[in-house]
Amino acid sequence: MERQVVDKAREAFQSGKSRSLPYRKQQLRALHRLITERQADIAQALKQDINKSVYDTTLFELIGLENDIKLAESNLVDWAAPRPVRKNLGTANDDVYIKPEPLGVVLIIGAWNYPWSLTLQPLVGAIAAGNAAVVKPSELSEHSAGLLKELLPQYLDKEMYPVVTGGVPETQELLKQRFDHIFYTGNSTVGKLVLEAAARHLTPVTLELGGKSPCYIDRNCDIAVACRRITWGKFANCGQTCIAPDYILCEASIQDRIIEEIGNTLREFYPEDAKKSPDYGRIINKRHFDRVMALKEGCTVAIGGESDGSQCYIAPTVLRDVLPHFRIMQEEIFGPLLPIITVDNLSEAINFINTREKPLALYVFSSDKKVIKRMLTETSSGGVTVNDVMMHYTLNSLPFGGVGNSGMGRYHGKHTFDQLSHHRACLIKTFAMEGLNDARYPPLTAARVRRAKIVLQSRLCRCSGMCVWAIISTIVSIGLLIALLVVLL
Amino acid sequence: MSREQKAVERARKAFFTGRTRSLDYRISQLKNLQRFINERQKEIADGLKKDLSKSEFGTPLYETLGLESEINQAVSKLKEWAAPRSVTKNLLTISDQVYIQPEPLGVVLVIGAWNYPWAVTIQPLIGAIAAGNAAVIKPSEVSANTAKVMEDLLPLYLDKEMYPVVTGGVSETQELLKQRFDHIFYTGNGTVAKIIMMAAAQYLTPVTLELGGKSPCYIDSNCDLAVACRRIAWGKYTNCGQTCIAPDYILCDPSIQDRVIEEIEKNIKDFYTENPKACPDYGRIINQRHFKRVMAMVEDSTVAVGGEHDESDCYIAPTILRDVKPDAKVMQEEIFGPLLPILSVSTADEAIKFINEREKPLALYIFSENNKLIKRMIAETSSGGVLANDCLIHFSVNTLPFGGVGNSGMGCYHGQFSFDRLSHLRGCLIKKLKMEGVNKMRYPPHTAEKLGWARFLILKQVDLGSLGRMALLAMLAIFVAVILKKYFTD
Repeated sequence: MERQVVDKAREAFQSGKSRSLPYRKQQLRALHRLITERQADIAQALKQDINKSVYDTTLFELIGLENDIKLAESNLVDWAAPRPVRKNLGTANDDVYIKPEPLGVVLIIGAWNYPWSLTLQPLVGAIAAGNAAVVKPSELSEHSAGLLKELLPQYLDKEMYPVVTGGVPETQELLKQRFDHIFYTGNSTVGKLVLEAAARHLTPVTLELGGKSPCYIDRNCDIAVACRRITWGKFANCGQTCIAPDYILCEASIQDRIIEEIGNTLREFYPEDAKKSPDYGRIINKRHFDRVMALKEGCTVAIGGESDGSQCYIAPTVLRDVLPHFRIMQEEIFGPLLPIITVDNLSEAINFINTREKPLALYVFSSDKKVIKRMLTETSSGGVTVNDVMMHYTLNSLPFGGVGNSGMGRYHGKHTFDQLSHHRACLIKTFAMEGLNDARYPPLTAARVRRAKIVLQSRLCRCSGMCVWAIISTIVSIGLLIALLVVLL
Repeated sequence: MSREQKAVERARKAFFTGRTRSLDYRISQLKNLQRFINERQKEIADGLKKDLSKSEFGTPLYETLGLESEINQAVSKLKEWAAPRSVTKNLLTISDQVYIQPEPLGVVLVIGAWNYPWAVTIQPLIGAIAAGNAAVIKPSEVSANTAKVMEDLLPLYLDKEMYPVVTGGVSETQELLKQRFDHIFYTGNGTVAKIIMMAAAQYLTPVTLELGGKSPCYIDSNCDLAVACRRIAWGKYTNCGQTCIAPDYILCDPSIQDRVIEEIEKNIKDFYTENPKACPDYGRIINQRHFKRVMAMVEDSTVAVGGEHDESDCYIAPTILRDVKPDAKVMQEEIFGPLLPILSVSTADEAIKFINEREKPLALYIFSENNKLIKRMIAETSSGGVLANDCLIHFSVNTLPFGGVGNSGMGCYHGQFSFDRLSHLRGCLIKKLKMEGVNKMRYPPHTAEKLGWARFLILKQVDLGSLGRMALLAMLAIFVAVILKKYFTD
């Protein structure tokens, strides 16, 4: 069944319809209509899957998606146009440009924590780039998956963008097929399997994985504000966010203050009780509930700790004086447990981070520019937000992706378009100037090689429209300024 | 611990000292590489002569000139490439610092090929050095003499812990592939590429694969055949056809086949004399195994020109095969030798269909004076790169990304593309702890009003550049108004 779906998508792609920009724009507009018209259904599905509140649905799932769709629609002509490049003497009279082209059939494997944005945001780029796409939502967020399967074909070209639902066997069957790109969001264990499957067909991949995103709080900073922001980022979606601050690193002297401030903030966010608040989520299923609960083993609970298995509810929890060898520090938490690990100083914090896998995000809270600079230059991570958490995700001019174990490739905004396109180098020469080519033909001599060197190593300007406009406008402005001075003096 | 494991660990230790972070260090390594090329031209040329019978002038033209160009560019542009790159903000981030910071990945493995052993092994190395990585260099054992030159001489010029050379064959490469790298850059064929990608999967290591394929060459009936064939002949028979972007086969209308054969034959004589075997500019097949492989492809096709061969010398004459059928042996794999098959197609549409039925090639060549036809062929096919009306030279334009698609590879390099490919482009958002009021809209307890604000602030894009330009224009308009007023009232 999976094979037929992929074959049909390939046929649809080969018909050439997705080459047309109006077609792509029409599909994007349809996707936009889907998320605006069916917002209530989407929110309902998310509530059933993961107890997401209506506001969190919009804030975390739909705004970013809408942003990307609007951006793609309004910029598509620019993005898809040939991009001229700088020439050299040998290509002065030629057409030299990079042409973005569709890859073919893209497989998008979504995740369950933000099932709409993480599945559809890659789709926006796939559509914009002119590809066909097989969409495989995560089976763990089953209501969302079912709804997507029902709705997408009602709005989009259902042969070009089929939805395939199912679990492990269906995904394995899909991975046996040949794609032109595989876009996977999830964990690194499955990430390796996806990469292996891709290797069989030499298929390029984008892997959006995770890791333990460290959050360093410096002594010199507004701890109240810092803790407020961290609390928001950590407990949104009940900690099930790939870029949630996983654990805190700070000096022992401020640990108590941090715990106090987080406590204050929690009371502010959930005045009655997190369990009663419509804004507090649940763990996705029993298996993950058990997994997260087991991570508490050996830790001292400073705040929270309550749980209710029947609801997959875990209270917002802060753990103090956590040691590096504790269970909770061995894997990505992906739950509402916030361990605090004390370090003596910045160097120790940097060392702690560097002896572990590169995380998807790194957070630093400090008013001291020097501290920020050191942290950034001496560590590596997918992305960074300083003095806040997660916000680098919302700016689609920043490429979003991991490095090392946290992933490969990147997307958001134009980056998705570029990631799911082939950037084809094009050089259009003429038959003229054959004389210049003599330098390269045998019989080779020293003189010929010298000529070749001159041609190869010269540099010419790109002479694109922008460049010419910039030069002309500068000359005009200077001219006007001189005229003004002359008149005034 | 194996030799390979030691080399990788030493490189990783060297990387962790942080010395590659300094741009000055990277520039000095690149300048040393330049010195190496200048001072050791003779050793490089000697190695190439023994491996591939490359001529004395062939060495700079095809191997080292390109490298020098890349090194020069990297040295002069490094500061710009490595600097933070600003991006468009939105209203929410208007007072924040938002940029992309290029960073080194760590330890890169560069696996070279044997056909242009210097160009394809050192060019990725230039990018690796520029981007601040350590690099383990594994030259191809098939070009054994060149590998020896690299192993002996590179450590005399480059930081030998940061950029070790590891030579060896299949088992040494397998041992290397068991180690963990932060990027693997491989140039070679698709079969080995799959093995490399599998090995990379265990560590989630990203890869760049520069592979090959059968690069088609379409000749339109209405074009300057004399010039076209000259350029094709050069592209095909350079390095005895052993170029990943050599025009693999020709597609043309049967009515021009004879003329094409005649012109190419003329140029073969021009370039390599009546006796290519004795000509210093004509190369040899790398070894007996490949010699046999290429010769086997001639079996079921008609030889129009050439065909002479000498196994003891790995010599195959520049050869043209006519009236070749799609199911002929020579059309089943990348030739990588001096055989040029000509297949007949009656129309450009037929040529496009033929190309699209096959794997995406590394290069596509189109010879035509009809720009519309060229554009159509480009729009209706796919390939790593396209070159109209010439062969090979898009490789030397380092503002163009060089790489394949589909079976011909993934990732691209040359110029800044090498730097970007071997860097991590880290998205950075630097906020302040002030303006906490603005954040209220995202905190629970949630309300509809808060949500409205969130939408506005996130969705509004702000282009400071164009705002600035508009402000400048407004000021200019005011000045002009003032001048005019003064002029008219005076």
